[in-house]
Amino acid sequence: MNARVAFLIIVLVADVASALGVVYARHQSRHLAVRLGVLEAERDQAVAEWSRLQLEQAYLADAGQIEAKARNELDMRAPEATRILVVRP
Amino acid sequence: MSDREIRTFIPSRLYALIALLGLVSIALIARAVHLQVMETDFLQGQGEARYLRVVDLPTTRGVISDRNGEPLAVSTPVDSVWVNPKDLLQVPERIAELASTLETDAEALERKITQRSGREFVWLKRRIHPRVADAIRELSIPGVHLQKEYRRFYPAGEVAAHLIGFTNIDDIGQEGLELAYNDWLQGVPGAKRVIKDRKGRTVEEIELVRKPQPGKDLALTIDRRLQYLAYRELKRAVLEHGAASGSVVLLDVDTGEVLAMANQPAYNPNQLSAKSDGRRNRAVTDVFEPGSVMKPFAVLSLLENELVTPTTPVDTNPGYVYMSGYTIKDHRNYGLLDVTGIITKSSNVGISQLALQLSSESMWDTYTRVGFGEATGTGFPGESAGVLRPHARWRPVEQATISYGYGLSVTVLQLAQAFAVLADEGRLRQPSLVYGATNPPITVTDPRLARQVAAMLETVPTLEGTGKQARVTNYRVAGKTGTSRKASAAGYASRYVASFAGFAPASDPRLVVIAVVNDPSEGKFYGGDVAAPLFSNVMSGALRLMNIAPDDYEAAIARSEGVAP
Repeated sequence: MNARVAFLIIVLVADVASALGVVYARHQSRHLAVRLGVLEAERDQAVAEWSRLQLEQAYLADAGQIEAKARNELDMRAPEATRILVVRP
Repeated sequence: MSDREIRTFIPSRLYALIALLGLVSIALIARAVHLQVMETDFLQGQGEARYLRVVDLPTTRGVISDRNGEPLAVSTPVDSVWVNPKDLLQVPERIAELASTLETDAEALERKITQRSGREFVWLKRRIHPRVADAIRELSIPGVHLQKEYRRFYPAGEVAAHLIGFTNIDDIGQEGLELAYNDWLQGVPGAKRVIKDRKGRTVEEIELVRKPQPGKDLALTIDRRLQYLAYRELKRAVLEHGAASGSVVLLDVDTGEVLAMANQPAYNPNQLSAKSDGRRNRAVTDVFEPGSVMKPFAVLSLLENELVTPTTPVDTNPGYVYMSGYTIKDHRNYGLLDVTGIITKSSNVGISQLALQLSSESMWDTYTRVGFGEATGTGFPGESAGVLRPHARWRPVEQATISYGYGLSVTVLQLAQAFAVLADEGRLRQPSLVYGATNPPITVTDPRLARQVAAMLETVPTLEGTGKQARVTNYRVAGKTGTSRKASAAGYASRYVASFAGFAPASDPRLVVIAVVNDPSEGKFYGGDVAAPLFSNVMSGALRLMNIAPDDYEAAIARSEGVAP
């Protein structure tokens, strides 16, 4: 009789414990899901920014722009053949 | 009282009541069983459909870059505005605010929304500027929402437009390499199953149905700086000579890689207009009669068949020759030339006389081996194979005209491939557009003969030759001019295609440049006057950008010693 009661109590405790465990796991999973969402959004934002920066860099490094700047603002030009000294190899 | 009650108790009424209640419960149980057992699938499905949702996980399209990783096509997320008219019409006083943010007319906007008030989803404006999107987000007007979409940008713009192509509004490749490599560039969107509440908010994620696979990146063989150089020079030449179109191809001799490929007219892939003018990558899709730039291959065929040597004399007097009803003419009477001189002066009479000694089959064979009449195999959409008719159907006069480039059609890329054979001692490489492709060379002719032809081509960009404007200071250059009359419905019109094909440095060729200008209308039309300067500009710029050492030391040293202190 005593053993039976003891068994019942153990089972009951285990039952409650596992129920609490489920609640906890559920909570954890929700919590992590939210975090995942936040991180994914962050990643998407970073990817978007990366692509925008790439584009910006490409526009700034555009050969036409650089050439125009070099020629007009910095007054640079390719040296004529007579101004190039060639060293005998 | 109680007596009366007891007396009025009638058992049959009780039984009737019990039976009635029993029937009701049986009916209820039967219905429950029916729902639970018979229709469970249907009902469960319907139930889940009301809160379980499969959500798409969008992916980005791969980046197209040049050989150094400089981006040429990048997808970036942008926002599109849509409204739920029912929600928005509940706050009509805010429409004006929305309209001014979107820079549209408030009345037109209101009319549009009122007309569509029965719907739940109406696009207002797609792909708006990030700043506008932020402003709209801040307004937070009920019923106005933003949807993330991807838009593709082409930082190189029109410079590389023909090669890269473009995508449509759904980000699917429509032209060029965007089309050819669409499957590679395009990602596979993922999907996840989520539980949503009544208001559409995601409450819980159930499972990942499919992991999103982002599109793969694609590196091209072109170099952005060289591409820009080629495009700039081509555009200038086309404008200067009032030409209808033009193409430049720059090929790496040692690898077969296309370093630049530019065309005119061009278009801006970032802002497509409705007219599809100038969208073709002419260097690959369009054919033309090449004219005299074909002569080196006729000479190669003659050398292969041991009919001539570079010094065999040829009499081109009196500067024209009749051949079955046709007159083949030279620019002027060159008198007695040798085979090298025919190339130097570009004598049609000389090459025609020699070509008739060849069997049509062996000439056709040489042309085919260097790649004419067959697509180069770059996989570019719409690539043309050119036209080289079977030799059995050549008439003698045709064989003569084919030797100087009439009666067959080629693409600019084919010409580049064939000149690379001469530059690389008889090795043919399939031109490639995608970086990292291996294309092993095939030896298609005797290296010694290829060198002999290359040496003849070196006499063209000289003071005696037809291509003196193709010279590049401090470098030895080899090449050939071409001027072909354009065929029209009424025979050959007085409209021309000017071309120059060549390579440098001649001592160890590294680069092949083909320059073609179609229908110049400002007076000059000879290949040596129109295309040779273009060739020279592109070649000298490319040699400098690629840090290729000069090989014409003597001239260079003499010059620098002349000015040295």
